[in-house]
Amino acid sequence: MEKLLQIDRRIIFAIITVAVIVSLVLRFELPIPASMPVRGVYNKVESLPEGSHVLISFDYDPSSKEELQPMAIALLHHCFRKNLKVIGMTHYPGSPGLAEQAIVSIADQYQKVNGTDYAFLGFKPGAASLIINMGENLYTAFPKDYYGNDTSALPVLQGVESLRDIELLLDLAAGTSIELWIVYGKEKYKFELGAGCTAVMGPDMYPFLQSKQLVGLLGGLKGAAEYEALVGKEANAVSGMRPQSVVHVIIILFVIFGNVIYFASRKARHA
Amino acid sequence: MRKDFHYYTLVGSIILFVSVNIILMSLGRLPFSSDGFGIILGAGLTLAIYSFLYKDNPAFKITENLYVGVSLGYTIIITWYNFLKPDLYDPLIVPLFSAAAEKSPQYSLIIPSMLGIFMLLRFSRQLSWLSRWTFAFVVGLGAGVSIPRVISAFILEQIKPSLHPVFSGGETIFSSINTLLILLGVISVLIYFIFSVEHKGSVGAISKIGVWFLMISFGASFGYTVMGRLSLLIGRIQFLLRDWLGILQ
Repeated sequence: MEKLLQIDRRIIFAIITVAVIVSLVLRFELPIPASMPVRGVYNKVESLPEGSHVLISFDYDPSSKEELQPMAIALLHHCFRKNLKVIGMTHYPGSPGLAEQAIVSIADQYQKVNGTDYAFLGFKPGAASLIINMGENLYTAFPKDYYGNDTSALPVLQGVESLRDIELLLDLAAGTSIELWIVYGKEKYKFELGAGCTAVMGPDMYPFLQSKQLVGLLGGLKGAAEYEALVGKEANAVSGMRPQSVVHVIIILFVIFGNVIYFASRKARHA
Repeated sequence: MRKDFHYYTLVGSIILFVSVNIILMSLGRLPFSSDGFGIILGAGLTLAIYSFLYKDNPAFKITENLYVGVSLGYTIIITWYNFLKPDLYDPLIVPLFSAAAEKSPQYSLIIPSMLGIFMLLRFSRQLSWLSRWTFAFVVGLGAGVSIPRVISAFILEQIKPSLHPVFSGGETIFSSINTLLILLGVISVLIYFIFSVEHKGSVGAISKIGVWFLMISFGASFGYTVMGRLSLLIGRIQFLLRDWLGILQ
């Protein structure tokens, strides 16, 4: 009994790895119903008229890519399919490569043109002060886009002077940027805000849904999978739900097993 | 003997990795191009990082340090091209020193630039006092801008759903139960954190309910954390199986 409590943790790692590989290789269907927070973002994007401006803030870097990049891709599919004007930016210096790759690859699928249908403004430091600057004047915050073009000359930004003119802002966050957008952006400049975040941050974001400071929330890979299913572009996140579900069951079994062994060994010791 | 075993495990793993890549390239599963070598590099670095789960080893250490170095170098380059060059160098430095410049220098940029340089003077014993000006500016501005907005966004806006009427017509029974749960959760957790009153009697009973609410929230956070970490593992295994080994479509 005592031996079972001192099982080598590497055996557990190996079991988890094998479970992930097997459930990725063996294909089986699992239902992915959309939750209310995810549906909130979807419905908001769906309700926007053609030509509306959607600003996506890609606030993550490669360490959170696996959760947030599928969200970005699914959202971009939805925006370009609805002929919305997409503006991309980031607060993270490690993000421009990922963000540009996502925007350009999806834009190409819908024959969208840089500068006319979408713009990528790139990275700018400052966080809160950058948001305040964008709220006053987008062109002083980003005088040039990621490619060095004058932002004031970009047709896609026509009609946009500041954050007040953005119909929907979506923040894909691996850190505290959602709170920053709420405090320094939404509170003063009154735009609609939706968000996607890593699963670790998910529970902290639910109060903002309750208070309607967020129109919706995509939490972790599950949120990304739900959005992929909603827009009919099932990819990495949906296929990741199979191992996610299988491993969750294994972890629950491990927790039950550990507790049973613990209490049984304690009983045996006291006997 | 044990040290030898770990050494041979590491060398054996490297030989196996190289052999697999040679086979994949010779079979045409990986292109003999920069893309192919990029995938091999990504696969190698992923496996080197995960090798830490077995034991700390030189491959993990090298990869860890490489990550820190590459991240820093990338950040410096991105900051220069996305921020310093378009916002400071082009509008201020170029027109100052180039006769061919089309625009006149933006002298207003000198003030924030000087404040930024003052921050770096903390490293000088004689001039470190100048950094206090920058700090005073940052703290003053930060507090002035943040305090009213944080109170509004995080306190006033958050209080509203807690004060939502349980029955104001049109709600389902579940939304009314939710409202009651929020009210009970807020009050019981707040009472749990009142330490100037002994937690006995009714105060003790309510604070115990608060503990339950806290435990449930910790459990939810832990569950989400497990999901997040697993997502990262799944993403890397998808990369290894699909992009590197070509097993997944």
